[in-house]
Amino acid sequence: MGADRSVARNRAVERIAFGVIGALTFLVIGPILWLFGYILWHGLPQMSWSFLRLPPRAIDAGGGIYPAIVGTLYLMVGTIAIALPLGIGGAIYLTEYAGRSRLVRLVHLAIVNLAGVPSIVHGLFGLGFFVLFVGGGIDRYVLRADRPVWGQPCLLWGFCTLAVVILPIVITATEEALLAVPAAFREASLGLGATRWQTVRRVVLPAALPGVLTGAILGVGRAAGETAPVMITCAASFMPSLPRGLNDQAMLLPYHLYFVVTQVPHPTVQLQAGIALVLVGLVFMINIAAVMARTRARRRRRW
Amino acid sequence: MGQAFGLRATLIGALGAAIGLSGCAKPEPGSSSTARLGPTSAASLQIKGSDTLVQLAQVWAEAFVRSHRAATVTVTGGGSNTGIMALIHGGADICNSSRPIAPSETAAARARGVEPTEFVVARDALAIVVHPGNPITDLTLAQLKRIFTARVTNWRELGGHDEAIVINSRETTAGTYVFFQEHVLDSERYAVTALLLPSSSEIVRNVAQDRGGIGYVGIGYVSDQVRIIRLRRDAASPAVAPNARNVRNGTYPLARPLFEYAAGDPTKIERMWLDWVMGPEGQAIVARLGFVPVRWSGG
Amino acid sequence: MASILLVLLILAFVLREAAPLLRTYSLGRFLGGTRWNPTLPSPAGPEFGLLPNLWGSVLVTAGSIAIALPLALATAVFIGEIAGRRLRDVLKPTIELLATVPSVALGFVGTVAVSPLVKAVFDLDTGKSAMVGSIMLAFMAVPTIATISEDAIAAVPRAYRDGSLALGATRWQGIWSVVLPAARPGIVAGIMLGVGRAIGETMVVIMVTGNAGVLPDHGLWYAFTHAVRTITGTIGAEALEVAHGGPHYRALFMLGVVLFVITVSLNLIADLALNRQPRRTLQ
Repeated sequence: MGADRSVARNRAVERIAFGVIGALTFLVIGPILWLFGYILWHGLPQMSWSFLRLPPRAIDAGGGIYPAIVGTLYLMVGTIAIALPLGIGGAIYLTEYAGRSRLVRLVHLAIVNLAGVPSIVHGLFGLGFFVLFVGGGIDRYVLRADRPVWGQPCLLWGFCTLAVVILPIVITATEEALLAVPAAFREASLGLGATRWQTVRRVVLPAALPGVLTGAILGVGRAAGETAPVMITCAASFMPSLPRGLNDQAMLLPYHLYFVVTQVPHPTVQLQAGIALVLVGLVFMINIAAVMARTRARRRRRW
Repeated sequence: MGQAFGLRATLIGALGAAIGLSGCAKPEPGSSSTARLGPTSAASLQIKGSDTLVQLAQVWAEAFVRSHRAATVTVTGGGSNTGIMALIHGGADICNSSRPIAPSETAAARARGVEPTEFVVARDALAIVVHPGNPITDLTLAQLKRIFTARVTNWRELGGHDEAIVINSRETTAGTYVFFQEHVLDSERYAVTALLLPSSSEIVRNVAQDRGGIGYVGIGYVSDQVRIIRLRRDAASPAVAPNARNVRNGTYPLARPLFEYAAGDPTKIERMWLDWVMGPEGQAIVARLGFVPVRWSGG
Repeated sequence: MASILLVLLILAFVLREAAPLLRTYSLGRFLGGTRWNPTLPSPAGPEFGLLPNLWGSVLVTAGSIAIALPLALATAVFIGEIAGRRLRDVLKPTIELLATVPSVALGFVGTVAVSPLVKAVFDLDTGKSAMVGSIMLAFMAVPTIATISEDAIAAVPRAYRDGSLALGATRWQGIWSVVLPAARPGIVAGIMLGVGRAIGETMVVIMVTGNAGVLPDHGLWYAFTHAVRTITGTIGAEALEVAHGGPHYRALFMLGVVLFVITVSLNLIADLALNRQPRRTLQ
């Protein structure tokens, strides 16, 4: 009898516990859906061809967001162009050359920490190092310019700063992809008399490429949405024209959203939500592309 | 190898897409677009500085390039500090400032061979705004100081409702923050409880929401969701509203000039810009945005 | 290699830019300072006190973890142990998608929608408060804690669960007394990374916490329902407008050093915890 009752009680406890956990889970999912819904509901009416294709107007930051979209695209391309070679190089070194030493452990720790550095600290670093030290140095000692050419916030330093921000993402994804290539591939190649570098270049890297691509896309997605680092190193609050060179500032979607939410007198929620919708939509599309690339890579793997 | 090519093609494609998009960035005819692509020409103007002036300068810029087709004008904010630094170091042709340049800054500029030339391009009244439900209609400067230094913390103490005072201020780096600190707080500290908000429009939005809210903003930022407080210099003087007339006749205590500085003698394009800004078109825009014109009051 | 160099370079440069502050402003005054008035005119100012910034960061972060932790753990358990395959395939990507939302978009929704709502519900003096900051940061901490915890739960060997069921325990008893304790190191790591994410977040706190440099003097609830100033908020709001090379500029880098030290410590703790977790093999 006693045992039966305790079993019944345990069952009841389980039912309550699962109920509570289920409820808490939907307390998470509910606000997430509400958040997406809010942006979609208020932002959709703002969507129009001219919103995407026109430069902003000054008086209420109305008009369109064309320069911000283009600025963000520039930033995505430039950032990945810097981060990808560095990231792939680092990952190849770690997986193919470095072995399992204490140094590797240290490097991994450094990568984890680099990923954890707050983005605003990256911004400070970008300002102190890239803008003032490197850029200011070029102006002073190379160009001997009397007005800032590179020693000011601009696209190039935005690329560099964001490349540092996304480097851990690219390295980690590349490393995972390289590790997933079976050792037998390498052994076969080395057995045929290929050098280590030839093996990496001709065998390992091509086999790992879809995984590398996933990392690159994830990195681009992160670069598109970051605000704090570019706010200090690259973004212009209002610039109706497009940047003319790498040493020009650019409008960017995330910073434009911040600007329109906080700085513009009497903005409409529809305008703000419209910018948010374009930004969030862009980032989502990039991330979904990454997931698709990963799934495809896994399916195509034949070993 | 096929995969390798795939990646390269993707990257090139992305690059191409970005370039392609930018390639067709022609301003649509009939729009108020000011986009000008092409190499930097002599007729390009970099304007930087005060956030109070940034809105005004952007509207100026849009109208200016409509009548001066060859010119490109880029306006960025960043605050008066940033603008003046940029002027000294050559990062801007014209700097917007909501405060006069400091002697130390003039000295720094001269050390680099730059002689800042000052122009008063508009006047501004700093309006004190409260929640529309607040029964208080006017305050003395001394009361204002006691509010912003938290010597009084409830509206009841000033004859209003029993409502905690919520102080709304600009960020520490804003020219307006410094102006208010000098002219109202006698350079004392703001209360630690003061909200430091990134812009004047945030102050207006907050005050419109908080029944106990009070804040200071340039007159151009006031909306009908907040109520303007009239100010008295002291208990014996009349209560004065911030408007164009009271700024011109000098009776409103928190009026201030807004400046543009050029580096040395204005060049041709800078001269054209400043003449236009000080002219009827520029000053009409000043009035339209709620600031006080320095000339051409428009009757 | 490059990443070690990069981390050291970041630390070195932030330190290099910060250090000259100490020539004119003592470390004690910075670390123990109770006021942040970087533009206060002489003779009193300027004042670069760390404490109000640190207090705000700690309060907002603690609040966000208090909100996020039960929710995230429940979600992890639900996804990992309770939900059917179909539901899991919907829930997991939804939460991962939340992790990719740019923080400035969260700040926008916080400013425009959540802040007035919280003000009305709790009848606050102002919508700009630590509480709204915590709620919005919880949106960022939940995915971090939930996904890492779920990984840890999934990594607990199946035999543990089977053994518990074979002894006559219910599934819940198995989860509570066997699976969760076994996954604890991973969960701790998730919490540490969640804390790191929350304390390092900038845009959300600039937009919703009100940036008032207060210290607690009316109790915890009062502080939580009023405005605070955070380390990241101060840097983000002021770094744009500060004169390069001046004491104020250096003080902002000093705040950056403090933030760097905090987040690196959190990461090291998380890393240690993760290394005690039995690793799942790469699939």
